Amino acid sequence: MGTFFKNLYRNKALLFMVLPGAIWFFFFSYLPLAGTVVAFKEYRFNRDGFWASIARSEWVGWDNFKFLFSTSDAYTITRNTLLYNLAFIVLGLIFSVLMAIILSELVNRKLSKLYQTGMFLPYFLSWVIVGYFVFSFLSMDRGLLNQILGWFGMDPIQWYSEAKYWPYIMVIVNLWKSIGYSSVVYLAAILGIDKSLYEAAMIDGANKWQQIRNITLPLLTPIMTIMTLLAVGKIFYADFGLFYQVPRDSGTLYAVTNVIDTYVYRGLMTTGEIGMSAAAGLYQSVVGFALVMISNYVVRRMDKDSALF
Amino acid sequence: MQMARKAEKAGKPKTERLKRKTRDFHRISPLWNVIFNLIAGLFAAACVFPFIFVVIISFTDESVLASEGYRIIPSKWSLEAYRYIFESGDTLLRAYGVTIAVTLIGTAVSLVMIALYAYAISRKNFRYRRFFSIFAILTMLFNGGMIPTYMVVAQLLGLKNSIWALILPLAMNAFYIMILRTFYSTSVPDALVESGKIDGAGEFRIFLKIIVPLSLPGLATIGLFSTLGYWNDWFNALLYIDNPNLVPLQSMLMRIESSMQFIQQNSANSNISMAALGSLPQDTARMAMVVLATLPIIFAYPFFQRYFVQGLTVGAVKE
Repeated sequence: MGTFFKNLYRNKALLFMVLPGAIWFFFFSYLPLAGTVVAFKEYRFNRDGFWASIARSEWVGWDNFKFLFSTSDAYTITRNTLLYNLAFIVLGLIFSVLMAIILSELVNRKLSKLYQTGMFLPYFLSWVIVGYFVFSFLSMDRGLLNQILGWFGMDPIQWYSEAKYWPYIMVIVNLWKSIGYSSVVYLAAILGIDKSLYEAAMIDGANKWQQIRNITLPLLTPIMTIMTLLAVGKIFYADFGLFYQVPRDSGTLYAVTNVIDTYVYRGLMTTGEIGMSAAAGLYQSVVGFALVMISNYVVRRMDKDSALF
Repeated sequence: MQMARKAEKAGKPKTERLKRKTRDFHRISPLWNVIFNLIAGLFAAACVFPFIFVVIISFTDESVLASEGYRIIPSKWSLEAYRYIFESGDTLLRAYGVTIAVTLIGTAVSLVMIALYAYAISRKNFRYRRFFSIFAILTMLFNGGMIPTYMVVAQLLGLKNSIWALILPLAMNAFYIMILRTFYSTSVPDALVESGKIDGAGEFRIFLKIIVPLSLPGLATIGLFSTLGYWNDWFNALLYIDNPNLVPLQSMLMRIESSMQFIQQNSANSNISMAALGSLPQDTARMAMVVLATLPIIFAYPFFQRYFVQGLTVGAVKE
């Protein structure tokens, strides 16, 4: 025991340094983890505070989960979350690698930089702003898209109440916002490739296409795989801003825009079904945890340095 | 051979084609260069266009909007939207103030906390190094979720309707800690810390006088990440803020939107709803607010971009 305190004392300066952060992690990461027990309770708010609310709510076992999975909501939100993320991962990978190769091959470097600057912009904007941008295109009576339809003699479309268009809209908006950023990541990897490889290929008479196919792409494969696996690890978490702001919380679109995160939020703030949405949250956390562990394990097997931990 | 054909298609004279042939292997053919320029250029334009479009709408005269909608070239321009905002601009000004305060305090708080934490766990002679590394890393793997977090912040910490509810939830991030830890261990040689110790400096002194100056690029990157995070945050305001005096910019834009929709959807009594709609900023004014909320980012953008790309490569050492 004495050595323990002696060690504490010896490390006191460094311990002071981690202290604020450690307290933060305790309150904002570890305590909420304990709070997930409300998924097994019928939550009743108690004015005596946090502990009283948890302790005095009644245990209901798996009831919240039974309710959740007996509704069609559980299926809808799981399907939406998984399919959208899958589309984002696959299309995002294809387009950002293509764009990175295009940017790296442009003869005029200044133009290439200019394009990168343009593409990077959406990444810096919040989903609220992007929501307004989308509205300027999709507004029923004033939007640009309905005007364009009008030029071709077509009837205007009530975009914000027609669910069938939204899977495409969501994918396009997400790609629009993210491709610039991810192609710069891949571009950095391409620029890091040893130039002598290309010179050797040129001496052997390989043209540019052969160089791309046989040097650039194979050397990008590891980072492509790792970025993809890390994204797969997060496939159970949706981008709340995208699914909440861009469809403007339109009820008629819920079938195609409700994801686990928006479902949990609505349970907490609007419908008041705290138990059920806490159950959905815990379901997300558990499956999400398993997926992160699996994907990280696979990444670790491939390349130790790229693993998260 | 293929290259030569491509060059011919692009209309290069034969002699020049032959002359360039040796260089062809370095570059794509001129035709493909044009195609690549078109693809990248069009996509870049598509990324910037919506912002320009919103700027145009904000300068459109409200009276022509109803008849012609949002136009790329409206028939009548006007500064009315901006005049309206600056005359009745209390709300906007206050929201700006909240956002600036939150961004400044938040970035400072999170930088100090992250920098100290990352430094301590980068020190090899820190006895509890492993414990605190794992303590941070674990938080990247699980997530208590929105509801328990809400309960802790609102009920236990009592931060509802407090400015700290906008600051604290974003203050730490295990991912940034890992980036910065890697940065310290690759760019600050151990010998420097040792020599500082021999000279009799304490840990905090070493940190301030040796570590901070050497790791400025890394700190700048993390600082920019968190500045952007605070400036663009609306989620914490959505959960924790009801007090209209504490609403940040992004959240204010959101609220205007949803009250518009609420009135439009519940407009059984059209007199009342017309009056209520009249009290809200009109289309052009809302777009002008979007422009004003985005402008600081556009100005800081070249700066941001440089450090972000640098940050990607900082992370790439481990990431």
